Amino acid sequence: MARDRSPAALVGAATDDAFEITFDGRPVTALPGQSLAAALWAAGILAWRTTRVGGRPRGAFCGIGQCYDCLATVNGRPNRRACLVPARPGDTVTTQEGHGHAELGV
Amino acid sequence: MPNSASDAPEGGLEDGAEYDLAVIGAGPAGLAGAVTASELGLSVALLDASGQPGGQYYRHPSPDLGAAHPEALHHDWPAFAGLVRRLAAGEVTHLAGHHVWTVARAADTEGSWDVHAVTGADGDGDRPVRVRARAVLLATGAYERQLPFPGWTLPGVVGAGGAQAMLKSGLVLPGRRVVVAGSGPLLLAVAASLAAAGARVPAVVEASDYLGYARRPGALLSHPHKLVEAAVHGAALLRHRVRLRTSSAVTQVHGSDRVAAVTVSRLDRQWRPVRGSGHRIACDALAVGHGLVPQLELAVGLGCTTRRTVEGTHALELGALQETSVAGVWAAGETGGVGGVQLARVEGELAGIAIAARLRGRAMASNARRVRELRRRRARMRAFADAMAAVHAPGPGWPQWLDGATDVCRCEEVTAGRIREAVADYGARDARTVKLLTRAGMGWCQGRMCGTAVACLAAQARGAQPAPPPERRPLAVPLPLGVLGALGRTPAPESDGAAPEDRSDGSDAVG
Repeated sequence: MARDRSPAALVGAATDDAFEITFDGRPVTALPGQSLAAALWAAGILAWRTTRVGGRPRGAFCGIGQCYDCLATVNGRPNRRACLVPARPGDTVTTQEGHGHAELGV
Repeated sequence: MPNSASDAPEGGLEDGAEYDLAVIGAGPAGLAGAVTASELGLSVALLDASGQPGGQYYRHPSPDLGAAHPEALHHDWPAFAGLVRRLAAGEVTHLAGHHVWTVARAADTEGSWDVHAVTGADGDGDRPVRVRARAVLLATGAYERQLPFPGWTLPGVVGAGGAQAMLKSGLVLPGRRVVVAGSGPLLLAVAASLAAAGARVPAVVEASDYLGYARRPGALLSHPHKLVEAAVHGAALLRHRVRLRTSSAVTQVHGSDRVAAVTVSRLDRQWRPVRGSGHRIACDALAVGHGLVPQLELAVGLGCTTRRTVEGTHALELGALQETSVAGVWAAGETGGVGGVQLARVEGELAGIAIAARLRGRAMASNARRVRELRRRRARMRAFADAMAAVHAPGPGWPQWLDGATDVCRCEEVTAGRIREAVADYGARDARTVKLLTRAGMGWCQGRMCGTAVACLAAQARGAQPAPPPERRPLAVPLPLGVLGALGRTPAPESDGAAPEDRSDGSDAVG
């Protein structure tokens, strides 16, 4: 079994225009056209939210914008679906605690 | 193509625009319907949430990723390429990045429909858009059916379709060793593409016994291409040394903050786990799903009649030419019952011809032979789809996978124990009552992930009725309140939070 197989190699994607976003302050490499969730997966990050009730970690589940498990705080705005939002250079993604509106005191 | 998301200012531009036909969903069914109707002389708007056409089946990397061979992750790519060529060459207005949240009768124009959408990658564009049309084609596709089991909320557990979607569009894998589990033909396709992309797939865990196909030879033999497709997947799985375990299910996920292993148990004919049959498989991700469920929010909101499918979900009741029970509203593809990509293309084309005939007359006579052919193919493919759905329908014993602490509703974190209490102690007999008592299905996803499970658990109560039709949910996607507030007003000019006087519109207002 070839060890060098990768999704990008399979479809012959151009990977030389990579850029950086940050997740909880650490740099993460993203490719143009990738969603935030895809960039996080590529970095081995599977969780970027904690649930309202149990504080449990969650990340992307359905991958198509239907399940809302992948909600994250992006550039300070909570409740963005990371599987739908394209990564842009300099984006900051931070782990979303609960409903993401703690600062409102609700 | 007159415009697309890339060259239209976000929202606004199309507000109030009028068309003969609004098609909702740019997957295989919607694309086929839109280009067919447009080529027969209708003005067509094609609204879709994604940035590019293709829907879920033909989901592919954004042009920015510069994939030279997107077809490497696809079957039937030339058919899609043909539809996209016709879309680009024709007059269809493709409104990408438009999340349709409701379709309603136009209040001031008899026989017209208002399609309401919000724009942006995740519907966060803050700009309501209204498109008016004389006919509507719903091609909203499907989402994955999930059945819960202990540990399924752990990071690293993803939908089988979800893993496929993330791979097709983002070129990423959820892990390096990925177990694929659930039921249905999609699992073989998912396993084959994950393996082709470099993942190690230790096993495909299929709950049904596959003997169901042997009991339905007629449907199989009338679809030799399906046998070929299965053989292609089978060969790929052999090549990548993927083991297929039938009559089995993942009954436990192990790991503290992410997947480290799964326990696979054998199932009896009822899908009850066989005691003592569990064994562990080390993996760092699990891709799981039980086939697809038609996406019906917009249709149900319009009052379209549904029917119960052989596998116990709901699909739209459609006429011979794809019209719903609501005159002027047609549907194609998975909305009428899950049946796959070829059926979706056939139904989309059929609907496109039928709508052109209704609005323009004469189209039906000149296309009579084509219509007969499409109807014949549709009947054959629907029969096969029903046979397949029956083979993979959830067995009645699957709730025995659950323990009391298993979250059934992922959004509201409602456990199996609390749902059983609602059923056993408080007399809930359907999903709606369970929802009122426990909040299961009341969260962000509006019951899409837990709906099947909750309905099953409620239906197993003594004296339960067969599942009632799907609930009307007036909003198909979550909306900022400001969008509702803006209805009936002229949309405000583009605003990114700046005060109005900061807009460079030539009015030098002093703040």
